[in-house]
Amino acid sequence: MNLSRRHFLVLMPAAAIAWKAVLAGTPEQAENYKLSEHWWGMLIDVPKCIGCGNCVRACAAENDVPDGYFRTWVERYHVSDENMTNPEVISPDGGKEGFPVAKEDAEKYFFVPKMCNHCSDSPCTQVCPVGATFVTPDGVVLIDPKYCLGCAYCVQACPYGCRYIHPEKKVADKCTLCYHRITKGLTTACCESCPTGARQLVDLKNPKDPIHEFLKTHNVQVLKPQMATGAKAFYNGLDGSVR
Amino acid sequence: MSAFKDAGHLFRFAGLFVLAFIIFLVVRHYVVPRSFGQYGHYRGAAISEIAARPVKFAGHETCETCHSDVLDVKSKGKHAHVNCEACHGPLAKHAEDPSAVTPVKPDTAVLCARCHTATAAKPKGFPQVDPADHSNGVPCETCHQPHSPAIDGSTASATGGAK
Repeated sequence: MNLSRRHFLVLMPAAAIAWKAVLAGTPEQAENYKLSEHWWGMLIDVPKCIGCGNCVRACAAENDVPDGYFRTWVERYHVSDENMTNPEVISPDGGKEGFPVAKEDAEKYFFVPKMCNHCSDSPCTQVCPVGATFVTPDGVVLIDPKYCLGCAYCVQACPYGCRYIHPEKKVADKCTLCYHRITKGLTTACCESCPTGARQLVDLKNPKDPIHEFLKTHNVQVLKPQMATGAKAFYNGLDGSVR
Repeated sequence: MSAFKDAGHLFRFAGLFVLAFIIFLVVRHYVVPRSFGQYGHYRGAAISEIAARPVKFAGHETCETCHSDVLDVKSKGKHAHVNCEACHGPLAKHAEDPSAVTPVKPDTAVLCARCHTATAAKPKGFPQVDPADHSNGVPCETCHQPHSPAIDGSTASATGGAK
């Protein structure tokens, strides 16, 4: 029967391709850095923030963030006694060059640094139609610029407004948690340049990280917990008026 | 075999499907990157590509390997926990080749004011001054050494306009 020979000829290249695909799936081993040993996040200590804008400038310098776009920015909240649920929020140029002087008027003022929350159940990665954005095995939300189409679904999906379309590359861009630094044992550029320690990189899989003790002993929140994003930017001393 | 007697056209048609499937597999093999699906529904190699981007801030440990004299001064003062590049800016290139890139000394009039200008929005315990009122235009470093800003032998109450 020549039918079996035809099937044989058909199946041989198919089996070869399938075997190649299996071989390609073998994970590569990165030197010294193991993806499975880390689960990164950020601690933001709101009462320590002085609104100097060092983090915004450092982030722009480290990551070549174009002018007018921000991977991290600082907001100044002004909460009046009469209208506590409707605060006045300003962020001139992302807080890059600081803030106008707030006059003493006995009302509540504070600074809130914002950045990608590196959610573990991230809404932005779920909407990507091409698999260009993802949560890495060590808990960082990244964008593959070679795969991104620039459709901006993820920009709309992020409840924290942390993504933008890069004006020159025309692909989505966002905080990488300085992935190129943290995988080399450095801290992020924003943490490195924060003069008051208001931002701290945390590794939740490291049992020696002081974050574990901090989370036990402080009133720590994440932004928009009702959205169940699994956010990993932990805010200490966060005011209820922060959106 | 009588069941397949007049079924030749069906086999030819099925053969077309098999051929199309093989072409699909071959095209997919060349179009889809090798590392796609390595960790999930994305290109696994993107992780190492992003991790390979160059570093601009060297990190204070790198600075301290050479500038241990500054570290000694700084670690005793109020600015002990302010990292070098928080004021001096990104200097990984200087760390790689100290002679090729020489850092510019920051202008204290801008630098100090960024953090220490008094505003109601800052935490109450943080040292803040009105720069114009505090020094009448005298540069900050005339009295305060940035690496250890407390003035020797004085207390906070003796410092003019300081809060």
